[in-house]
Amino acid sequence: MADCNETLRELEAFLDGELTTDTQLAIHAHLEGCVDCLQAFDFHAELKQVISQKCHNDEMPPDLLRRIELCLGEDIDGDGAIG
Amino acid sequence: MVSGMAERSEFAQQAMQYAPQLYSAALRFTRNSSDAEDLVQETYLRAYRSFHTFQEGTNLRAWLFRILTNTFINTYRAKQRRVQESELDDVEDLYLYRRIAGMDIASRSAEDTLFDLFTDDEVKQALEGLPENFRVPVLLADVEDFSYKEIAEMLDIPIGTVMSRLHRGRKAMQKALAEFATERGLVARTTGPAGPSREDSVDG
Repeated sequence: MADCNETLRELEAFLDGELTTDTQLAIHAHLEGCVDCLQAFDFHAELKQVISQKCHNDEMPPDLLRRIELCLGEDIDGDGAIG
Repeated sequence: MVSGMAERSEFAQQAMQYAPQLYSAALRFTRNSSDAEDLVQETYLRAYRSFHTFQEGTNLRAWLFRILTNTFINTYRAKQRRVQESELDDVEDLYLYRRIAGMDIASRSAEDTLFDLFTDDEVKQALEGLPENFRVPVLLADVEDFSYKEIAEMLDIPIGTVMSRLHRGRKAMQKALAEFATERGLVARTTGPAGPSREDSVDG
């Protein structure tokens, strides 16, 4: 059974889904009985989600796709032009 | 080997669905929309030219991000003056958590989620403020959800280096977020005259 220090040390790898099943289970077991660690894990899980959501909503310039297609289209002709 | 024109255009169509993700990542990398557009276009051009090296059934999205990342590092880094392999100030573990968990619960309504605590711009700024060698792995892991192994391959660095850059980059990002929260009075200043005392601990 992992203690608080061991558990917190694995926080990132746990949330990143990078732990072996055994370690994951040990962390789970600890979290079930430790509110302090559970709160810290919940916080960071939420933070990771928030970062992903808030960095994913940029509006793509409307003509970028067309620009790319044009540029790929030109290269089909084999003229090597970037467009 | 696939090399016919029909397959090529099919590739372009499949790959095009990732353009919004690639553009967002390019914005975080280059920090300006004009360079981001060029970077995405260059990524598609390179992908298109070398798509015969792409193995069907493997992860097209990861392959495109690898090209994006490498193009950025090789092209734009050289352009943006010489950026040193930056180091970061050491930040204590659980930096943001200790400050937010320690904040006066009364000032935080039950509805206040982390999502509402920070604006989109603040989160973007916190990420974009990281030096490049931390910014890139943090984006690939936290925004794009790539595995340590995939990131290690994209950046051609050992997995242990990925982990340590993520650890330190994330802490620095949390420190930047904590500063935004402090500026807006969401979290009491450490030495501020007003506000609740903040003898915070993990226990909150």
